[in-house]
Amino acid sequence: MKNILKTTLALLAVGLVSCEADFDNPVTDAGFYTSGTADFSNYVAVGNSLTAGYADGALYITGQENSYPNIMAQQFAKAGGSETFTQPLVDDNLGGLKVNGQVVFPNRFVLSVDAMGNPGPVRLEGDPQTDVTTSAAGPFNNMGVPGAKSFHLNAPGYGAANPWFGRFQTSASASVLEDATSLNPTFFSLWIGNNDILSYATSGGAGVDQTGNLDPTTYGDNDITDPNVFASVYSAQVSALAQGGAKGVLVNIPDVTSIPYFTTVPVQSIPLDAATAAGVNAQFALYNNQALPGLVAAGIITQEEANLRMVNFSPGANFPIITDDDLTDVTQILIAQGIPAQTAALLGQLRQANNDDLVVLVASSVLGTLADPSNPQSVIGVAVPLSDQFVLTATEQARVATASAAYNTAIRGLADANGLAFVDARSALARVADTGVSFDGGLLTDTFATGGAFSLDGVHPTPRGYAYTANLIIDAINNTYEATIPKVNIGAYGTVTATNN
Amino acid sequence: MKKSLLLAVLILATAVTYAGGYRVSLQGNKSLAMGHTGVAVVSSESVFFNPAGLVYMEDKFSVSVGGFGVFSNVSYQNERTGDFAETDSPVGTPLYAYLSYKANDWLAFGLGVYTPYGSTVEYEDDWAGSHLVNNIDLAAIYIQPTVSLKFNEYLSVGGGPIYVTGSVNFNRNLNRTLTDLDGNRSEVTIDASGVNSWGWVAGLMFNPTEDLSIGFNYRSEIILEAEDGEADFENIPNSPLTPFSDTTFDAELPLPAELTVGLSYEFCDKWLFAFDFNRTFWDVYNSLDIDFANAAVPDSQNPRNYKNSSIYRFGLQYEATKMFTLRAGYYFDESPVQAGYFAPETPRNDSNNFTGGLTVNVGNHFQIDASFLYSRFKEVDASYNFYQENGVNVPFRGTYKSNAFSPGLGITYKM
Repeated sequence: MKNILKTTLALLAVGLVSCEADFDNPVTDAGFYTSGTADFSNYVAVGNSLTAGYADGALYITGQENSYPNIMAQQFAKAGGSETFTQPLVDDNLGGLKVNGQVVFPNRFVLSVDAMGNPGPVRLEGDPQTDVTTSAAGPFNNMGVPGAKSFHLNAPGYGAANPWFGRFQTSASASVLEDATSLNPTFFSLWIGNNDILSYATSGGAGVDQTGNLDPTTYGDNDITDPNVFASVYSAQVSALAQGGAKGVLVNIPDVTSIPYFTTVPVQSIPLDAATAAGVNAQFALYNNQALPGLVAAGIITQEEANLRMVNFSPGANFPIITDDDLTDVTQILIAQGIPAQTAALLGQLRQANNDDLVVLVASSVLGTLADPSNPQSVIGVAVPLSDQFVLTATEQARVATASAAYNTAIRGLADANGLAFVDARSALARVADTGVSFDGGLLTDTFATGGAFSLDGVHPTPRGYAYTANLIIDAINNTYEATIPKVNIGAYGTVTATNN
Repeated sequence: MKKSLLLAVLILATAVTYAGGYRVSLQGNKSLAMGHTGVAVVSSESVFFNPAGLVYMEDKFSVSVGGFGVFSNVSYQNERTGDFAETDSPVGTPLYAYLSYKANDWLAFGLGVYTPYGSTVEYEDDWAGSHLVNNIDLAAIYIQPTVSLKFNEYLSVGGGPIYVTGSVNFNRNLNRTLTDLDGNRSEVTIDASGVNSWGWVAGLMFNPTEDLSIGFNYRSEIILEAEDGEADFENIPNSPLTPFSDTTFDAELPLPAELTVGLSYEFCDKWLFAFDFNRTFWDVYNSLDIDFANAAVPDSQNPRNYKNSSIYRFGLQYEATKMFTLRAGYYFDESPVQAGYFAPETPRNDSNNFTGGLTVNVGNHFQIDASFLYSRFKEVDASYNFYQENGVNVPFRGTYKSNAFSPGLGITYKM
């Protein structure tokens, strides 16, 4: 009996002691995941809108919560990193930004279904609460500033020019880099340079390629940054952030042709029947058969340019006519030939688009509409050329490609020289665009709205796209620093938000 | 005989451990203390374990009531992502009450109220598997009037109808990602109570010698059919693309049949050994299908594909003194869940179960029955492979570790 009692008590004790269901190797144990030679006790992310978690054409709370630095910080915490990662959270999920009560940036896009049952991006209605003048000052672990170009990060007083930084700058004379380094990061990520080509590209090449101009203070918003300027400011950023022995990761610049902003609207987008095509062709007969040969004969344009400028519509889907500012401007010459000024201006830098051109996402609301609502003959793309800002021509694409290749060479070189982890975002994004990336719930692609990778502005990722980015960066960190940070399941992250106003 | 029995216990204990679905084997403190054996044991709990035993009771009248506190824990982790979750389930309190009355030497009546099926699991809201379950509370109360007939000293039968009243409350997120505009996960709660149904039980007891009893008991399958339960959708985005709105639902939950055969053997005057073999016919639980009344709300189909499973029970009783009766037991519970169907709402794999307890006789009429059960589940890597997104199966994988500790207390009055 004594033994039975003893056994009973022993079993009772076992039961009471093991109330928690403990794993043999709990993932929550210190040391289950390791940080290798890196130290994640103070991670600071520096960059632009991508780093900020900007999506759907705005910065809003749930987007910021799904920024790649925030996703990474949560995984770092599992490998002994800090449990806190501060971000300059905005005030709402509308996403608009005010300065002194005046809205300066609009609300986010949501996927809305119209009366016909067609889903499409629509700006969310509502009065945004985020105001530059009432936002908390930084610095924050996430120092991503929407709109920032490479050289902006080093510029003192940048907050005056960019309210996204202005809202959390530590002082009127602060620079993003200064505020970031004041946190004394033990680990940093740097992803900058996208806007140095992207604003040129999204504006359809409306800006200037500033290659050769080493003074960025003279650049316009849509210009391409000189690669030497980029390399110089980027090098200064890496030095400043790595000061004191901080480890870090550098991310290169993706190809603009990988993003739906440039790949969604087909170039061959104007449907015409045979009669209309013939009618339009008749109107361009004089231009094709007399004006262009005349310009070649006069030595003003080459035969090659004349061929490029020929306009020819056919039954079916047609390329629109466009204004291409890289063509010779023949307006004055045509006027001198007695052609009316209005027609001459229309023909001045005119050509028909071709398969080498990229039409931007926002052109979809313009193509095929009437330039003059009262004039049925003013169809944009047929009778009126699609403006330069809607088309990224092959020439313009080449400028973007050349500059970004130069930036990427500089980024790679600085990563290697400083022993930093390097992420080839360009290849990774190309993979999304070319074949898609499979995950447990399907395939992540760059298809607009439905592909899962890109938000409704066609440029910035969705939470799932950011999670994919975070995994790429974690991979690079694990490889470089012999760490074992766990990756996230991108299927657990959302895509676009459906909401009707 | 003792040696070979011990050996049998040891052999089974080293085999793979196995526990079953949403069956809660806590139907009496005396029986539980003996590994929840009882099909061939005559006791105040025979109404449940084998109604045929009632007629062999020495007492003219007996009533046993009691209950248990079930402290269960489930931990989940995924080593690939670092996801971790543990349940914070409220303490379960299965209860029982049995009444028996011996009308004459060959006829006895009984009434039982007990809760053989149920499950209460609460995960942290929005945990990694929240698209499968956030929390569930399932309960079924069985009410069983019983009659027991003795043919002679060797053979008796017993049985009766069973009235079941059940309830279910279940909450999960609609999928892995859908939220409202502010990032609150879209979720559904289904709730149905007062779901009633009928079944039956029948048993037989055979006593070939004075010391040896053999018992059979069969409890029928009962399908709980919830009709017009409430389905409450929360945090749904305002969009025709997400047409979820509050509605009613129909669903079926089977409470499977179980067959028990076993024996008991008295030896050395004061000792009793019991062995039960249970077979639970879980294969009736093929799929949990929730049919929403609103046609715009997609129905929810959740394959379960349970298989029939077995439980091997061993119990020992020792009448130490006139005042104390001591009991110990062990059982080995096989999971009905097949590979690839491991859903976190019933995270049950094979279990080893250790029991013990005692009865204290207070005077001639009162007994205090106490027992405990410790259920130990092996750490298991498992997945549920039949959750779908956009027509693609998205497995939910991870490592689970569960345990449960269930102390119980009851009283018996007899005369």
